[in-house]
Amino acid sequence: MKKDLDRRRFLKIAGTSMGVGALYTVWPSLGRSAEAAELARRLGAKTGERPTPFTFAQLSDAHVGFDGPIGTRALEKAVATINGLPRRPDLVLFTGDLTHDTEKPGEHAARMSLFKEISGRLQVAKVYHVPGEHDAGLDGGELFRSVFGPTSYSFDHRGVHFIALDNVSRAKPEVGAEQRAWLAKDLSRFHPTTPIVVFTHRPLFDLRPDWEWFTSDGDDVMNLLAPYENLTILYGHIHREDHHTIGHAQHFAARSLCFAFPDPDKVEDKKAIPFDKDQPFKNLGLHVIDRTTGSAAHADAVRVQEVELAMNEFSGTEGFNQVLKPATF
Amino acid sequence: MTRQSTFRAAAAGLALVASLLAVASPLVRAQDEPRVIVITAKRFEFSPNQITLAKGETVKLQIKSEDVTHGLFVRPLGIDTDIVPGRVTELTVTPDTAGTYRAICDHFCGAGHGGMKMTIVVRE
Repeated sequence: MKKDLDRRRFLKIAGTSMGVGALYTVWPSLGRSAEAAELARRLGAKTGERPTPFTFAQLSDAHVGFDGPIGTRALEKAVATINGLPRRPDLVLFTGDLTHDTEKPGEHAARMSLFKEISGRLQVAKVYHVPGEHDAGLDGGELFRSVFGPTSYSFDHRGVHFIALDNVSRAKPEVGAEQRAWLAKDLSRFHPTTPIVVFTHRPLFDLRPDWEWFTSDGDDVMNLLAPYENLTILYGHIHREDHHTIGHAQHFAARSLCFAFPDPDKVEDKKAIPFDKDQPFKNLGLHVIDRTTGSAAHADAVRVQEVELAMNEFSGTEGFNQVLKPATF
Repeated sequence: MTRQSTFRAAAAGLALVASLLAVASPLVRAQDEPRVIVITAKRFEFSPNQITLAKGETVKLQIKSEDVTHGLFVRPLGIDTDIVPGRVTELTVTPDTAGTYRAICDHFCGAGHGGMKMTIVVRE
């Protein structure tokens, strides 16, 4: 029993979660004890890559070009905040709607360039993107691919397998048979305990179908992922934080960098929360947590300014408690 | 009876049946064929934007697009179709639960796509 408790403790996540997304610290305690080092060795033997601590951030729904009061200020502030972190994340994942669509000739490409220019200021090793329907719904993803490359892909980072899924380029909210076949093949080389992070734009479950908050073949996708015990799904689209546990999977949505939607359980109509000029970043702002004390120490450390700051002990990190669960050891 | 007269009698019989059907068929059609509701989609609205059905009533929706491809999606009523311009999309629906349902366009059609919706009321 003591061994189990110890394991749970050293697997606890350090998390600085930001409302515009979330900063995740993975494997924070590995190497600090002989038992942790042994777990890392055994995980490495199973997955082919020995895990080591790292952080990454998720950002979403910047809608560059949207005619709203925030403009690109929230995106720029998020970039500055990440650059100001005492320990910058290895990766930043953008979960779609980087831009707002337009049919004015050349304008959408200009918006994509502006997004790339701002996000290019991120001083991190690697930035990954998936498209949202406003990026790729009208042209099947052609512009997105010309700027960022493929709309679905996968990569490994320090013992975690990341999968980018595209559920917007077919114009309908769906992944499609071809991409599902690719996903099945991609997953086939991994052990069921491998930590897997899927990042996509729309929720892969029926969150609110009559607000188009669903993916029509989400069940098929999740059935492919079902054997994997340490599974986290990160998505955007809904412009608000959300957390659902379904089977093994932890589904997390990040806030938007443009405007916020209300709680779908409390209102019938999907209408953006009105802009508050006195609190321009309300519901968009940074959301910082302290994993150990709940104090504002880390919030101060990231020097969040002019941005709503909320303390929440667990927001955005439960998924990695799950990811790090040594399920079948 | 010659082959020719046999053919003539058969033809007369067929004509009689056809004329009886011609008289009877409007009644049959009125009783058995579903009500037809025409819906037009264009960016970013449906017209009409509300229709009313009766629980248990079978209706035929004839949907057309005036511009680009749209979708019509109502999960509780089992409606999920694309509406491609240049052709009429037909759906037969028999709602079994009364209520008010939101139908949305689920084929991304432009900047106002998120607000493209209509209401389907199913009364008892």
